[in-house]
Amino acid sequence: MSDSHSHDHDHDHDHLHNPHGPHPYQPDLEDAPFTHCQLMAEAVGELLIEKDVFSADDLRAMIELIDSKSPAEGARLIARAWLDADFKARVLENVNDAATELGIDAGTIPIRAVENTDTVHNVIVCTLCSCYPRLLIGLPPDWYKSRSYRSRAVREPRTVLKEFGTHIDDNIEVRVHDSTADLRYLVIPERPQGSETMSEDELTSLVTRDSMIGVTTL
Amino acid sequence: MQDPHLRRHHDMGGLDAGPVEQGEHVYDPWEKRTDAIMRLVSDKNRRLMTVDELRRGIEEIGPNVYDEMTYYERWMTSITNNLLEKGVIHVDELGRKMAEIEARWRAAGATGE
Repeated sequence: MSDSHSHDHDHDHDHLHNPHGPHPYQPDLEDAPFTHCQLMAEAVGELLIEKDVFSADDLRAMIELIDSKSPAEGARLIARAWLDADFKARVLENVNDAATELGIDAGTIPIRAVENTDTVHNVIVCTLCSCYPRLLIGLPPDWYKSRSYRSRAVREPRTVLKEFGTHIDDNIEVRVHDSTADLRYLVIPERPQGSETMSEDELTSLVTRDSMIGVTTL
Repeated sequence: MQDPHLRRHHDMGGLDAGPVEQGEHVYDPWEKRTDAIMRLVSDKNRRLMTVDELRRGIEEIGPNVYDEMTYYERWMTSITNNLLEKGVIHVDELGRKMAEIEARWRAAGATGE
């Protein structure tokens, strides 16, 4: 499905106000058949709104919040940690509290930072499902939730990393961290060589999502 | 490796699998809606269900169905089952609502699976 359909995203009950008729909203997939679970998502949402569990505005605002989260917030945290050793110590102590210092809401589920060095490379996975520091780096990519990644990352991490184009020297220890619903991880990538004179904004722009998962280096 | 009889199907760490497919995913609106519903019903104002209950509901999906479902299909199935179990919604009203929405979507020209 292409981005051109994004105008449909804020459909929740807009039909009440829409001049084009009572039900102009089409399911998301004009070009693909709708599924049982899509119907269920629509129906459960409408029922919860009718029951005042939440309002249509609450639902819209939450979808907008999800859309607003991106790896940029995590990247800002990493860049600050590179520049400020004291801040990095606080990140390693408690990511959630350190994020608050930057005005970033990392949520209440603890996130542990694991730092890449010249002797250790860290990778995160959730073998059981998809736990991920979403509030810092957005929704996880599909491959993070895939059977291949979940199964193999803990068994043959170096091979998996090679599939991402990442070669880790044999003398560097690879540590794989298996996330849970109660504890998530964030990788602090190594600051790239040649970045010594860069500003905080420039450093922030260097930090990628995949480097904070640990499947790539910078 | 632990006894495979003690391993549940979602517990796949260490198993063999093919290469990691790295394509990026554009989230469908219904997937974001599902995620948003979960966040709302589990937030500190509502506390109608927890992340652990979401996961338990996902892990209860039978192995074959689990593998056939997409990620957010598992979520939506678990959320719905949890809300039904807790009596937040009822199966008859859910059935009526789904039929109503399906009729609305078909009238608008969409086709179902």
